[in-house]
Amino acid sequence: MTIQEIENQIIEEFENFEDWMDKYNYVIELGRECPKIDEKNKIDNNLIVGCQSRVWLSAEFIDGVIIYKADSDAVITKGIASLLIRVLSNQKPQDIIDAKLDFINYIGLKDHLSPTRSNGLLSMIKQMKLYALVFQTKTMNDK
Amino acid sequence: MLDINKIRLDFPILKQKVYGKPLVYFDNGATTQKPQCVIDAIVKYYTEENSNIHRGVHFLSQTATVAHENARESVREFINAAHAHEIIFTRGTTESINLVASSFGKKFIQKGDEVLISAMEHHSNIVPWQLICEEKEAVLKVIPFHKNGELDIAAFENLISERTKIIAVTHVSNALGTINPVKEIIKTAHAKDIPVLIDGAQGIAHTSVDVQDLDCDFYCFSAHKLYAPMGIGVLYGKEKWLNAMPPYQGGGEMIQTVTFEKTTYNELPFKFEAGTPSVGDVLGLAAALEYIISIGMDNIAAYENDLLEYASSELLKIEGIQIIGTAKHKAAVLSFLIDNIHPYDAGTIIDRFGVAVRTGHHCAQPVMDILGIPGTIRASFAFYNTKEEIDVLISAVKKVKEMFA
Repeated sequence: MTIQEIENQIIEEFENFEDWMDKYNYVIELGRECPKIDEKNKIDNNLIVGCQSRVWLSAEFIDGVIIYKADSDAVITKGIASLLIRVLSNQKPQDIIDAKLDFINYIGLKDHLSPTRSNGLLSMIKQMKLYALVFQTKTMNDK
Repeated sequence: MLDINKIRLDFPILKQKVYGKPLVYFDNGATTQKPQCVIDAIVKYYTEENSNIHRGVHFLSQTATVAHENARESVREFINAAHAHEIIFTRGTTESINLVASSFGKKFIQKGDEVLISAMEHHSNIVPWQLICEEKEAVLKVIPFHKNGELDIAAFENLISERTKIIAVTHVSNALGTINPVKEIIKTAHAKDIPVLIDGAQGIAHTSVDVQDLDCDFYCFSAHKLYAPMGIGVLYGKEKWLNAMPPYQGGGEMIQTVTFEKTTYNELPFKFEAGTPSVGDVLGLAAALEYIISIGMDNIAAYENDLLEYASSELLKIEGIQIIGTAKHKAAVLSFLIDNIHPYDAGTIIDRFGVAVRTGHHCAQPVMDILGIPGTIRASFAFYNTKEEIDVLISAVKKVKEMFA
């Protein structure tokens, strides 16, 4: 599936929730199921420091696509991180660079990505795109 | 007895609903809400009185100057300083501490000297001292605190040395709620001729402050944590120190005469007030002080203490609650954790109940590191809060437990 298709799928899923509590229960569930970063990668080098919560992010470039894994000390942060991973993982670097990630606005979790929330998520998106840029440059150099 | 229902009507913002629920504002440690009289004072200033003060001969300028200096007198009276010129208007506690660290430090701290702070300080009472210590190659020493959040007084006495040039401690911990025995600390320090700066950012709103009785050399606070506007604060300093310290910033107001060869400085308090002051905010502060006095600081402290006790005991009825900071003397600042739930997670859910609490390290990272926790959930109360509002917080906490179980 393309990034846009996955985004649409998530928007549809969230439309089913009647109130905020259902929505957050789902995010919490996602947080618990989040593809956890390997313990060996949970190192300071992969740490994105937010003021409120911490996020670890790792990226591998396999067969032309990037595989992201993440973890956070806060479950809600981890749940949103897992949505970002679902959208961006297994995608080509150029597509990741171009992704607008509008779905966040539609599912009503935008507040968690505001610069003042400082929960590490905004920095996580930046970091994911940076990885994409690095792998993209690497691919071009290899050609 | 305070008539809380009547008091609440004085604060227009409290009528608000968030997420369709009545706003429960428990983030008073970060900033307090403003009563209508403070808002009116600012509006009146810009509607009728706005003019640049001092040195103006015209009518408006003189009116504004008089109002500004009357406000200084109100602050003097509020903290019982000996002289109005010992009251310096700053942008807030942070600027007040920076002023002293920089200006006192420039003159009195030399290589190898020591500055003593405590481990429960807000970053604003750590970093300015680190900067001057770095510049002067001086040493920053730290008074530890016990697990319950009380300062280790024995360690404090041992840490004082012949090289200690100044001691800077907080009156009330913003993260733990501890009311420190500042009077005793000052007495011990003065026995060795060491001046003491008190960070009163939290203390000023919860206890009566008498700087002459405390005998502190400096007392710093922000107006916005005292029901007054943001962007204005106070540095109280004893005349003898303020006179001995060099100016902090240069500019208008703070000069006597300026030539390119030599500038002479104005007398106190103007020596430390370079540039056009925030007159409207100063008048807002004066209005807030008048309002607080009309309610009575002792009434406020007693009522807030009731709220703190009620909230603490209700919270502790819930299994898995850990209160962070259990000092014997506490102000209405209540830090806690729910099971192993991350404060960010808890805060996100509590917010949906319309309850404003603060989560995180509260700009006191060393406190969290020492206690080995990522942060806390902090409810900080003001005299417009009620037990019914605490009940809303309690049900929100129960919901958090349920959702993250």
